[in-house]
Amino acid sequence: MIQFQYERASTAKAAVNALTNNANAKIIAGGTNLVDLMKRNVMAPTKLVDINALPLREIRQQDGKISIGAMALNSQVADDKLIIEKHPLLSQALNAGASAQIRNMASVGGNMMQRTRCHYFYDTALPCNKREPGSGCGAMEGMNRMHAVFGTSEKCIAVHPSDMCIALVALDATVLVTGPKGDRRIPFEELHRLPGNQPEKDNNLQKDELIISVEIPDNSFSKNSHYMKIRDRASYAFALVSVAAALNIEGKVIKEARLAMGGVAHKPWRLKEAEKALVGKPATEETFRQAAEIAMQGAKAYKHNAFKLKLGPNVIVEALKNAAGLV
Amino acid sequence: MDKNKSNKKPEKEDHQESRRDFLKASSILTAIAVAPATVAKAAEYNLGEKISAAFETTPVNLTINGVKKQLPVEPRSTLLDVLREQLDLTGTKKGCDYGQCGACTVHVNGQRVLSCLSLAVMQEGKEVTTIEGLAKGDELHPMQKAFIKHDGFQCGYCTPGQIMSGIACINEGHANSKEDIKEFMSGNICRCGAYPNIVKAIQEVKNGGQKS
Repeated sequence: MIQFQYERASTAKAAVNALTNNANAKIIAGGTNLVDLMKRNVMAPTKLVDINALPLREIRQQDGKISIGAMALNSQVADDKLIIEKHPLLSQALNAGASAQIRNMASVGGNMMQRTRCHYFYDTALPCNKREPGSGCGAMEGMNRMHAVFGTSEKCIAVHPSDMCIALVALDATVLVTGPKGDRRIPFEELHRLPGNQPEKDNNLQKDELIISVEIPDNSFSKNSHYMKIRDRASYAFALVSVAAALNIEGKVIKEARLAMGGVAHKPWRLKEAEKALVGKPATEETFRQAAEIAMQGAKAYKHNAFKLKLGPNVIVEALKNAAGLV
Repeated sequence: MDKNKSNKKPEKEDHQESRRDFLKASSILTAIAVAPATVAKAAEYNLGEKISAAFETTPVNLTINGVKKQLPVEPRSTLLDVLREQLDLTGTKKGCDYGQCGACTVHVNGQRVLSCLSLAVMQEGKEVTTIEGLAKGDELHPMQKAFIKHDGFQCGYCTPGQIMSGIACINEGHANSKEDIKEFMSGNICRCGAYPNIVKAIQEVKNGGQKS
């Protein structure tokens, strides 16, 4: 780890100023990913701006939405009564991620900003366009079992690693950020980006913008939602494929549907066409299987991850069955 | 028996001491390899343990196992390294050092966290509890007793982290069933595979401590 300056920010404005004044400065919150990356020299900021003193830990009900402060801890949100009651999908997704210790450290904002766990990104001896633009993608022809099947580019096939973000994109969340030009709101689906020609950019935040909170609009999904995560061991591993499913069922008919996948793309992968295919249909396995087929259209496998083309639709069907109470 | 024990003790400590000296010496070599200019400056201070003085330190106030301390901390130092290297609290173990094994688990303000991914400089004003802070004099913590009773370890390297995590698991309300415990203890890896006995130990403490 290289030496760096350490600064505690007492206001959001001070944190933003620190970012504006130093292109190599980074925000540190829980540090569970950044400290790891700094130890391995994958990231080497010359200044760390600690935002733990900012009053951004509150979870509160506002008009028609719940607002979660960017510094709320992952464990705090997962165990929060309001979240469990109104958005159990989010609580479930949070508890599917990392370990109890890491969830006690990691913030909601930091969870959104975490980097991919692609081995080529992490190993500084190997090429990676995300870590070192122009060096090539080691995963493309290499070990790509964990990698993306949607939205890849010739530069990068890495996946976004968060579970929380898969639930948030399904729940139509909005991210509130602040920067030198003031505040702005970003629909969650537009927060993260596909790799394209700039895989070094994970998201659409400006370099000196700071996440303040995430807002989830009230919905009718609390009775019929499910987060299903398939991984190499029963717990404490990144997803091979995960699915966030939320249904609003009246009688036996699906009135509204939300569906998103993790472990398959460079961003949380919302499945809007599959959602449309569910609406107005009976909540049956047959309906779910048809939606899953639509969801997988356009998927493209690499040498070692072809299993995701089969696993993906199966997990969609199982998640929907669980959400609908058919299991 | 007691006499034997007290005779043997210094010998063991000497042995540990020499191993620590070796580690200190080898860390000087590493430092020379990565930062020659700084080490040239450090050489003015003579010895390995003074090497940190060559880097800029910040005073950090911590309460460690109930004792208030002010420590000079280099911003890069993790809480784990400060505990082990600056305070000689070597009960907290360095396993992977990348947040994947849980051996370094301690409590900060009563919450279990990974000390290997916590920068010490960020812990200003916090209360830290390590495995050394659990026993009250000679009276072991119920979780320590339960681990001994149920044989919740083999080599013992992950044990301090398992015990700190196990106590927190109960306090958080995540030890209500065997499945619950397995899920919420998944951040503590045991290479020897003592998991079934670890779960039994936690269940016993959850159900009211020692029963034998």
